[in-house]
Amino acid sequence: MDRNKRDIVQRLLRIEAEDVCVDYNGTVALYDASLSLPAGSICGLVGMNGAGKSTFFKALMGFVRPSRGLIKINGSEVYRAQRNQAVAYVPQNEGIDYSFPVSVWDVVMMGRYGSMNLFRIPRESDKRAVFHALERVELLELSKRPIGALSGGQRKRAFLARAIAQRASVLLLDEPFSGVDVRTEKLMSELFIQFRNEGRTILISTHDLSHVRDFCDLVVLINKTVLAYGETSEIFTPENLTLTFGGMPPELLSGQAPSDDFKQS
Amino acid sequence: MNELIIFSAQPFGWLLEPLSHDFMRRALMVSALVGAVCGLLSCYMTLKGWALMGDAVSHAVMPGVVVAYALGLPFSIGAFVFGVGSVALIGFVKQKSRVKEDTVIGLVFTGFFALGLVLVSKIKSNIDLMHILFGSPLGISGSDVRQTLIISGLVVTILIVFRRDLMLYCFDATHARSIGINTGVLHYMLLSLLSLAAVAGLQTVGIILVVAMLITPGATAYLLTDRFDRMNLLAIASSSMSSVIGVYLSYWWDIETGGSIVLVQTIIFLLAFLFAPRYGVLKTQVSINS
Repeated sequence: MDRNKRDIVQRLLRIEAEDVCVDYNGTVALYDASLSLPAGSICGLVGMNGAGKSTFFKALMGFVRPSRGLIKINGSEVYRAQRNQAVAYVPQNEGIDYSFPVSVWDVVMMGRYGSMNLFRIPRESDKRAVFHALERVELLELSKRPIGALSGGQRKRAFLARAIAQRASVLLLDEPFSGVDVRTEKLMSELFIQFRNEGRTILISTHDLSHVRDFCDLVVLINKTVLAYGETSEIFTPENLTLTFGGMPPELLSGQAPSDDFKQS
Repeated sequence: MNELIIFSAQPFGWLLEPLSHDFMRRALMVSALVGAVCGLLSCYMTLKGWALMGDAVSHAVMPGVVVAYALGLPFSIGAFVFGVGSVALIGFVKQKSRVKEDTVIGLVFTGFFALGLVLVSKIKSNIDLMHILFGSPLGISGSDVRQTLIISGLVVTILIVFRRDLMLYCFDATHARSIGINTGVLHYMLLSLLSLAAVAGLQTVGIILVVAMLITPGATAYLLTDRFDRMNLLAIASSSMSSVIGVYLSYWWDIETGGSIVLVQTIIFLLAFLFAPRYGVLKTQVSINS
């Protein structure tokens, strides 16, 4: 049992993935990926571009259905976890239209939509949640600004505040440290540690190894499948990293599993 | 001397005189209403980047209008079916072939429009092609007014109920999905609203220009504010104002009504483009200089 392995009795598993395979119209993006992350952990998801990091995220968010395998979040199906507001995705800055006419407050309020009624009229509790979230990321004084008026680091913090306001227990972050200022970086790393102590689980997708070494308790190395997984200090060996970053051509690695997959379909 | 007396007796005669005609009151009311509805929707169209989609859907409703007239159905039903059908077809062709999306859109809507033209010429009816193509708010009938009222009510109700969800869908669909909102439903909801608004809009400005109703007010409002709710109000205001001014101008100067409405919208956009407090061209230049 994983729980025993980590020496923590009865610790809730936030993310459980068992032999997950994802293929897009026959092209295998991910195969036999298994992973279990306990509550209160920070995990780095490390791999090259096209190694399946975003596919793995999509599978965790329920955007792609695994062709095989099982994913559970907080012990329940992904769609159920979504409805319970368990999963928050913090996007990369590039993926957002920053000329959109919304204020920082509006963006953070979007974290509350899932908990509101059909008309999405904020209650007092929603406003308080947004207020506290903005306070935690130190953006309170900028809350009336349009989102586009913020710097790269402030934008990142705004989306982090949205995840806080959502009260998500699982945070999926895509390259959180790319293009942020020193203040934001310091604040974010402090926040991540607070999140961990609050029992949240953070999965950080990145190819920035220095940050993984600094912040992450756990690390997952992926290249179409999970190559290695465990405590950062144990996993971050030169051999493993060579394996992850082009020690072997990706075609060779994915060589055996696709044939497996095709037999099934 | 005579003129002077008229003016002093009725200071707003030039404004009120047209209102003495039944057709003018009807035209003003319908145009203002359609303007408001299309103006509200145009915020979503411009923010989502669906201008081409708006153009496509509004052209694609053409055969629907013709078929509905031929069968004696309300033209809005035919138009709606073809509007949604064209969108479904665009999605299908895009998914099943390697042709790029904008090509598929252009291909499908011109195909539908061509079908409409052929049908008009073949089906003998009392349809006036010019009315479909260029609109005829001055000659609008009582049943058309009723249809427009129903369509407008429907579109506005849906937009009010789902405005936050639709805004989130336009801004960050990934987040919407990750908190359990069904974005597929929102996608088709927005497309259906587009079809309905196009149907309403073709009454006043006609098929060819209706896309202007669906993007220009949104673009104008977008230049004037950084708040979504304010953008909605500004778009509604500028759009219905353009409709009213356009109808008046068309009456006074005896010019094409649809063209005059859209021209007023375009002029308002140009004013915003030049003089908008924060995003106007002139403002930007000043701030660079200083």
